[in-house]
Amino acid sequence: MADKVLMKGNEAIAEAAILAGCRHYFGYPITPQTEIAAYMAKRMPKIGGTFLQAESEVAAINMVYGTSSAGYRVMTSSSSPGMSLKSEGLSYLAGSDLPALVVNVQRGGPGLGGIQPSQSDYFQATRGGGHGDYHMIVLAPASVQEMADLTITGFELADKYRVTAMILADGTMGQMMEPVELSADSVKTFDKPWAVTGTKMQRKHNIINSLSLVPEELEQQNFARYERYKTIEENEARCETFMMDDAEYCVVAFGIAARVSKNAVIAAREKGIKAGLIRPITLWPFPKKTLLDAADKAKAFISVELSMGQMIEDVELAIRCQRPVMLCNRAGGMIPTPEQVLAKIEEAAGGKM
Amino acid sequence: MIVFDKPKSLTDTPLHYCPGCTHGIIHRLVAQAIDDLGIEGRTIGVAPVGCAVMAYNYFACDMVEAAHGRAPAVATGLKRANPDNIVFTYQGDGDLASIGMAETVHSATRNENITVIFVNNAIYGMTGGQMAPTSLPGQVTQTSPYGRDVKTVGYPIRVCELLSTLDGPEFIARVAVNNVKNINNARKIIKKAFENQINNKGFSIVEVISTCPTNWGMTPEKALEWVDEKMIPYYPLGVYKDRSAEIQAKEDK
Repeated sequence: MADKVLMKGNEAIAEAAILAGCRHYFGYPITPQTEIAAYMAKRMPKIGGTFLQAESEVAAINMVYGTSSAGYRVMTSSSSPGMSLKSEGLSYLAGSDLPALVVNVQRGGPGLGGIQPSQSDYFQATRGGGHGDYHMIVLAPASVQEMADLTITGFELADKYRVTAMILADGTMGQMMEPVELSADSVKTFDKPWAVTGTKMQRKHNIINSLSLVPEELEQQNFARYERYKTIEENEARCETFMMDDAEYCVVAFGIAARVSKNAVIAAREKGIKAGLIRPITLWPFPKKTLLDAADKAKAFISVELSMGQMIEDVELAIRCQRPVMLCNRAGGMIPTPEQVLAKIEEAAGGKM
Repeated sequence: MIVFDKPKSLTDTPLHYCPGCTHGIIHRLVAQAIDDLGIEGRTIGVAPVGCAVMAYNYFACDMVEAAHGRAPAVATGLKRANPDNIVFTYQGDGDLASIGMAETVHSATRNENITVIFVNNAIYGMTGGQMAPTSLPGQVTQTSPYGRDVKTVGYPIRVCELLSTLDGPEFIARVAVNNVKNINNARKIIKKAFENQINNKGFSIVEVISTCPTNWGMTPEKALEWVDEKMIPYYPLGVYKDRSAEIQAKEDK
C-alpha cells in the first residue's frame, strides 16, 4: 500500500498520468489548470518524457494526435476556452479512433468568462464538442483521490476502446488539497498493432486517417464506432449512490456540486425527509439505469449544477420524464451552498413544484 | 539495363492528380530520397488537407493524415514519441502558409527534427482554385476574380525568406520542378533535407514551386513556362539557410 501524500487536485492528475505510463504532455497555459503543466514541466525531463508548451491549444491537441498515432499514452490539459480550441482535434481523434486523455478544469463562460469553478462545459463534453457523430468517455472526479484514480482509469478506457477520455473537473477540484494515495500496481496496458512506428519493411503500411470520401464506407465506419459506444454504455457507466435505498427525493450532482449536495441530503434526513444522492462518475456514458431504477421510489429529482442547467436534460431523459425534475444551480463561477440545496429538497418535499 | 523505375517507397496506387500537375514529380523525388537513404521502414509521412490529402495511399511507409495546417504539430508529436523514426510532412500553400502558419513558424523555431516538403502552386487546388497566401499580385482566382488586389488583401507570403529570419531552423531552401535541371537540383535538396534529420540537425524545409494547370487555366506546357516567367521571379530559388554549412564555413576561415 502506498503512502498518503497531500496534493492539489491538478498535481494528482499529473502524477497519476505518469504512473499510468504517460510520458508525453503537450499543453498551453490557461487558468485554473496551470499546475498540471508546471508539474509536467518539472517531472517529464527527469523521467525521459516530453513536456512541450505548444504555440496554441490547437497545436497541443494535434501534437497529442501525433504521439497517440505512434501508440503512446499522451495527454493534454486545459480549461474551458482552451477546450473550445481543442475541439477540432477531439473530432479528428474520434474520426481516426485514437486514444488520448484530455483534462478540462472548467471555468465560468461563455467567451472568456471568468476563472472561478464551473460545470458549464457539460454539453460540450458529453456531446463530443467538435463536429461529427462521436462521443468521449467523460469522467467527473469529486475528490483529489478520484482526480488521480480516474486519470489512470481514463488512460485504460481510452486505450481499450480507442476513444478520447476526458477528465471533466472544475477549478475547485483542481485547486483543492487532500490526502491522496498513488499506486501504479494495477495499471493495464493494451497492444496497439495499428500504431505508426515504421513498417520495418515487415508489414503493410499503417495509416492513421479520418478521411473517407465514399459515403457508404463512411456510414459503415460510423456504425462500427457506435457499436463500440454501445459496448461502452453497457459496461462503463459508473456512479456513486448515497442514502438511495428508500429515497423519495433524489438529488443528482457530480464533482463539487455532489460534495455540497451530500451535506444537504444528510441535513434533509435529519429533518425527516427521505432524500438521497446519485453522483454520476461517468457523465458519458450517463448512469441511466441507476436513475431509471430510482424513479420507481422517487417522487422528484433535483439536478444540482454549476451551470444554467445542462445535466438536467440527461436526468429527464434517463427517467423518461416519469417524475418532475427541478434545477438547483449557480452559474458564472458561483457554487450552490448546502442550504440552497436543502431548501430545494424541502421545496420538492413540500410539493411546491 | 533499367533506365526508369518506380521508387520502392511509392505504392502501386494510381495518383489522382490532374494531368500536368507536378505533385507526381514531387512524390517521386521524396520517394527517391527515402529509397536512396534506405529509411522506408522507419519513415512516417504526414499528409495535409489539400490536393495531397490522399498522399497516405501513395507512400509505402507508415502514414498519418493531419487536420488542415496541423501537420507540423502532428509530426512533432510523432517525432517526440519515437526520435528514431524519420518524420516528414507534405503540405500545400494554404495548409502551410495560411491556416497552419503558427504550426509552421513554431516547429521551425523549435528546430523540430522533421522534414517539411512545402508545395507552392500559388492556389487552393482541391477546393477549386481559390486565392492562396502565395497567389501572385494580380493573379485571377475564384476568390480574386478581378486579380489579387494587394491594396485590399495584401501581398503574397514568401515562406523561405520569412523563416530565414529565425535563429531556430537548420535548413531552408526553395526549388522548382518545371524542367530537368531544376528537377535534378530538387532531388539533391530534398535528399539533403532528409539527411539532416537522420543526422539530428533539425528542422529542414524545402519549398517546391509547383504548377496547377487546371486552376491556373493553362495547358501543362504553358503552366511550366508560367513558373519561369512569373513564379520564380517572385519566389527566387536557392538555399536560404544552411546552418551546418555556415558553421563549417566559419571554421574553415
